[in-house]
Amino acid sequence: MLTLHGVGRRYPNGTVALAGASLSVGAGEFVALLGPSGCGKSTLLRLIAGLDRPDQGSVTWDTPPRLGFVFQDPTLLPWATALENVRLPLRLSSTPGQQQRATEALAQVGLAGFETARPRELSGGMRMRVSIARALATEPTVLLMDEPFAALDEFTRHALQHDLRAQQAGRTIIFVTHSIYEAAYLASRVVLMSARPGRIVTTLASPVAHGPDRRLSAEYTAFVAAITHALSPA
Amino acid sequence: MKFAPALLGVLAILVWEGAVRFWHVPSYLVPGPVAIGAAFLADAPLLLRSLVATLTVALLALLTSCVLGLTLAGAIATSRWARAAILPWAIVLQVTPIVAIAPLIIVWLDDPFASLVVCATIVAFFPIFSNTAAGLAAAAPELQDLFRLHRATRWQTLWLLRLPAAIPAFLSGLRISGGLALVGAVVAEFVAGSGGFASGLAFRIVEAGYRLQVPRMFAALVLLSLAGIVIDTVLAGAQARLMRRFG
Repeated sequence: MLTLHGVGRRYPNGTVALAGASLSVGAGEFVALLGPSGCGKSTLLRLIAGLDRPDQGSVTWDTPPRLGFVFQDPTLLPWATALENVRLPLRLSSTPGQQQRATEALAQVGLAGFETARPRELSGGMRMRVSIARALATEPTVLLMDEPFAALDEFTRHALQHDLRAQQAGRTIIFVTHSIYEAAYLASRVVLMSARPGRIVTTLASPVAHGPDRRLSAEYTAFVAAITHALSPA
Repeated sequence: MKFAPALLGVLAILVWEGAVRFWHVPSYLVPGPVAIGAAFLADAPLLLRSLVATLTVALLALLTSCVLGLTLAGAIATSRWARAAILPWAIVLQVTPIVAIAPLIIVWLDDPFASLVVCATIVAFFPIFSNTAAGLAAAAPELQDLFRLHRATRWQTLWLLRLPAAIPAFLSGLRISGGLALVGAVVAEFVAGSGGFASGLAFRIVEAGYRLQVPRMFAALVLLSLAGIVIDTVLAGAQARLMRRFG
């Protein structure tokens, strides 16, 4: 549904953030863009989102997607309640039934009852849940996530990773991360990237089957090993 | 701790009164607090009317500054063209000393009251304008991206994101402008002199000075500083309340 063809982005100071990235993503895939900082994975996500334009190559969609975006920080409006924050994108597009859809989205991330809480009254994990609810409220066909769990403690991260798999519900997700374990756990396909210049090194399909907790399966451990191997210098 | 300023004030007043009495300082040089109090009581209705007149000028100037400052800051935040057109003139107005413009304004405007308000507005306008403009430009870049992603209109971005995000900056500008509005009103009254709207506190100070009624000068001065304190306290209170929500 999404095709990137030779996408490049160079910043005004001459830094090549991304060079010749080609990738196609099918409907319902969970793709992790995995790499160290400076490998252009966030740049690539911004280009996919249309928040930035490529200098080279093209980003094309089979059908115009409805995008949801989750940033590294929850980026909530600090003066608005959780519900108002979730309602925001619906409000911007004048979607009907905003109140109900926003309430449902909050419930979907496990925050029923926190409608009137303000961001400062919530924990970091809860704020990120509100941020995810805000992205889910528009019922996006494609969910783009830029290291959403990087700033959370490990326990909260586990819980949110676990919930995200349920929240995927057939959607396409493109997920930027610098954690091998996170990529191996979440993704159906891992796109490995490297820095200076940012580029795609290889793509690995996940052999991990669905289960109660994939992190306990032998396939998961094997997949972590495979990614690590692909990262090691030859 | 809470009473420390009051305690120091009372102590200073006692020392002041004692010193004036001990060295027999004539009241046309330095009047003691008792003489100042007496001068105030003798002229209370007149001085209080003057206080109201000066406060009216200052508050109207503050209100005008809010309307102008918010409107123009909104304009330069949403339109590059407006920014290029307005910003240099706002700075010209800011750097030109009011004492130099005030006589012109008083000559140009027939209504002396209006000319005082205009002068005070010129002084008070800039902090609200520049702080609000900076606040409007400072909304988190990621939130601006979110608005772009959902194809928000310029108005939606201004109303739902940039304006609320600018409130803390606007409030600190408002507090500075509150003090400046009073300064502007006083300076304008000084410049206008008896040719102006002859009833403000600053005019009373000038008038009492000509007549060597020094205790009355001091009484007017005390009222002015009380007015300044009241304005600042009210604005600081409003700032604290709103910051709890928007800060």
